[in-house]
Amino acid sequence: MPAALTPDRAAGVLRTMWLIRHFEERVGVLKRADQVHGLIHLSVGQEGVAASVCTQLRDDDPVYSGHRAHGHALAKGAPVERVLAELMGRDDGLCRGLGGSMHLVDVEHGFMGATGVVGGNIPMALGSALAGRLRGGDQVAVVFFGDGAVQAGHFNETVNLATLWGLPLILVCENNGFAEFTPRSAHTNVERVSDVVAPYEVERQTVDGNDVLAVWEAFGGFLAHARAGNGGPFLLECLTHRLRGHYEGDPGKYREAIAKADWQDKDPILRLQRHGVAEGWFSEADAAAIEREAGEKIDSAEKFARESGFPDEDLLASLVYAD
Amino acid sequence: MAEVPYIAAIEMAIHGEMERDDSVLYFGQNIATTENDKFLQAFGPDRVRVTPISETAEIGMAVGAALAGYRPVVELYMAEFMLVAMDQVVNEAPRFRYMTGGQVTVPLVLKAGYGFTAGWAGQHTGTIYGMFMGVPGLRVAIPSTAADAKGLMATAIRDDNPVAYFHHYLLTLEPGEVPDGEHLVPFGEAAVRREGGDVTIVALGYMVGQALAAAERLAGEGVQAEVIDPRTLNPLDTKTILESVDKTGRLVLVDQATRHGSASAVIAGEVADEGFSSLKAPIKQVTALEATIAYSQPMEEFVLPDEDKIVGAVQQVLGQAPVGA
Repeated sequence: MPAALTPDRAAGVLRTMWLIRHFEERVGVLKRADQVHGLIHLSVGQEGVAASVCTQLRDDDPVYSGHRAHGHALAKGAPVERVLAELMGRDDGLCRGLGGSMHLVDVEHGFMGATGVVGGNIPMALGSALAGRLRGGDQVAVVFFGDGAVQAGHFNETVNLATLWGLPLILVCENNGFAEFTPRSAHTNVERVSDVVAPYEVERQTVDGNDVLAVWEAFGGFLAHARAGNGGPFLLECLTHRLRGHYEGDPGKYREAIAKADWQDKDPILRLQRHGVAEGWFSEADAAAIEREAGEKIDSAEKFARESGFPDEDLLASLVYAD
Repeated sequence: MAEVPYIAAIEMAIHGEMERDDSVLYFGQNIATTENDKFLQAFGPDRVRVTPISETAEIGMAVGAALAGYRPVVELYMAEFMLVAMDQVVNEAPRFRYMTGGQVTVPLVLKAGYGFTAGWAGQHTGTIYGMFMGVPGLRVAIPSTAADAKGLMATAIRDDNPVAYFHHYLLTLEPGEVPDGEHLVPFGEAAVRREGGDVTIVALGYMVGQALAAAERLAGEGVQAEVIDPRTLNPLDTKTILESVDKTGRLVLVDQATRHGSASAVIAGEVADEGFSSLKAPIKQVTALEATIAYSQPMEEFVLPDEDKIVGAVQQVLGQAPVGA
């Protein structure tokens, strides 16, 4: 049975989204202040997908993501102070400062891998799904990717094999309409990612990715089937909007900024808040407290990260190869 | 000890490791396509899987399964087929352990045949291991005998790192004495195939046999060549090579790869860097000429290193033939 979005769970999703929003905005600030060293891709505006999907999963469900992975890692349970420390290149970072923004991994929470090469994560999730099947457990593998990855061979090869072998894999496409700096229309004639997999008869759905209720319900349905061993793979296409550029510092000349009023209508966080208050799931004051607590968590995460040292050079000798 | 062909020795190792360890998986194109396949019969369709022609998915899936605790062996047939999936081979499998700060290991084996210079023309004949020896995190094995084919494969499967295992197609049916039962050849230990004090020949893969034939001929002329087979390129046993060069003062390297894509160029660099004072003559490399392998047999032979070219190079470093001859 799919898990219903109870008031408690809705508050949990809201909490996760606010955490991601504040995290991403703080990273933007720290990037401009030169405290974050490298290439950064933020997911502001797309929080609804990460939160609605990951808060339904268990630690032993392997999740993969791509270069825009901060939100997925946080939603899957990676400790926020260690994610921020990683972005600041510190030894207390999730990956001891050796991976950075594009390679976040937290094995303890089943966040198995973010990869920096578009599409590279998709067949790895296939391997996790195969491993789950071989073990005979009920784990479900999930991979997040953007619409840009769908035109890569990785995607079609994976869909073919996962279908052939009926593996417990949920493919979650965050379709924000842009593959890096290029609109989808310049890459393909196929408008909907869910149409790409039609010949494989993959069970699929396209939803408004900024509507938490829709993402929760569609993903929850797929998850219940996959968990019970009823078919697979599944494809969930979430239409969403990335509020910032492809990377931090992107001049964004390839598109027009969304009007503020339009964004108020689209913002997944404000939408869930309005809905939750109207339904009596939580009060406006509760929502404000959730936001405030998220901000405070980011403050203490930043303090933690700033106090952490940089990785020791000895790490190199011990980590390039496994003994 | 039994005499078995090189390819059978590789299969013995995979079979033995699958018997020993349930976490070893075997998949790839065109394997286990009939019910009487011996791997399928022994280990069943969960662990032995035929895949579509999808190298990226095959290798990516191996990475994912390895992260989950399995030890996949991917049958790639041709080394060139790995090139289709370079992202997984170079950018995912070997980098993951380091990039995660040591949270994971990625134990997998990429079994790739190379160097099929028997009329297979331009795209199935490359000697491309040199492209992989400089990838941090990736082990590279190049067995030259049936015994090593078995021992290096077993070690590769047990290794906790991704291993690119290159077997030479011209050795496929070459028989050799292979130890029965468990046989492991450690990585990073070169084999001195022939001892000699006049010149060191470091030969790679199939070229070990050519170098030994050349050494026999040279012995007839009173020249004693030491022939070293590194057996793995990563890790590379530079110590054994340097000790030999210290003894002989002369070095000839033999590699079927094109010169600038060869592993011999890297070894030459190491010796120039660490062992220059031992050298009595310039290092000489015998490699393929800088060309795609031709289909036509005389043209194919023209491009490749052979016994005559090795003998000529040794004579040059000994000052018995003019350099550049």
